[in-house]
Amino acid sequence: MLSPDDARLVAFLHGGFPLTDRPFADVAEQLGCPEDVVIERLQRLLSHGDLSRFGPLFQIERAGGRFVLAAMAVPEPRFDAVAELLNGISEVAHNYRRESAHPDQPNATPLNMWFVLAVESADLIAPTIAHIEAVTGLSVFDFPKDREFFVELKLPLLEGLGHAT
Amino acid sequence: MPLDELDRRLIRATQGGLPLLPRPYEAVGAMLGIDGEQVRRRMQAMLDAGLIRRIGAVPNHYRLGFTANGMSVWDVADDLVDELGERIGQLSGVSHCYRRPRRLPVWRYNLFAMLHGRSREEVERQAEDIAAMLGPACAAHDILYSTAILKKTGLRLNES
Repeated sequence: MLSPDDARLVAFLHGGFPLTDRPFADVAEQLGCPEDVVIERLQRLLSHGDLSRFGPLFQIERAGGRFVLAAMAVPEPRFDAVAELLNGISEVAHNYRRESAHPDQPNATPLNMWFVLAVESADLIAPTIAHIEAVTGLSVFDFPKDREFFVELKLPLLEGLGHAT
Repeated sequence: MPLDELDRRLIRATQGGLPLLPRPYEAVGAMLGIDGEQVRRRMQAMLDAGLIRRIGAVPNHYRLGFTANGMSVWDVADDLVDELGERIGQLSGVSHCYRRPRRLPVWRYNLFAMLHGRSREEVERQAEDIAAMLGPACAAHDILYSTAILKKTGLRLNES
């Protein structure tokens, strides 16, 4: 878990890193610590995996790109092999094994591999799906966004730290 | 916002993260043969256009104790799904709330909301709150827990 100082830094950086000449110095000033401490702390959080990324988060849809959620029902004996095939495709940005909370319900889904296709241009989605179906021999169900209601998540990192946010 | 070649190079240079140096934008500019001021101006334009959502840190939920990650999926009446989706998106612990197409007969659900908690019990409680909010407008729901991350890289712009 994060130390209180780490949590404060992460919560602070969640909202927006400044576009200034010395942004770490500007963040440091607001947190009341030296610039090199902010940089070192970020380096440590990234190298330990507490942060998965630090930098601009691109919404490539605004430039014609697409992120599309998709899923497959992968037979268990083939699961690892199919995951390896999928992970080798550069358009596959994320891939998760998922299990249903209600496996015994009649409507429970057999879809156990869920992945996100990220492409620079919307017209690359169909050929990418066709390629995945060809190399795996499995049907791909795609779930494009019909409408977005909310995207960001602010985790309550500072809960219980006695720090007003 | 159509991308020009400099934008594409700027995205490629920063999609893996910003350099952890006192002048990160200057360092990015040095890779592209422009100065830090030009990098910042381009990035500001991308922020204004929504091409950059924000510049910041992405916490690894798992490492921070949010180990239960459930994709909750809901079969909601088509005439109510937009209004209810807006309300669900406002609940705490919810991220990535979308209306998506059904894929009958395999998939009946049209509303997706990612739920994040420190335990499955916490996620179940969030789902109960949503079920109460949806009431009879929802015919069925499920929660798909992620049990393994097989890949996590995000978009990678290729050399063109």
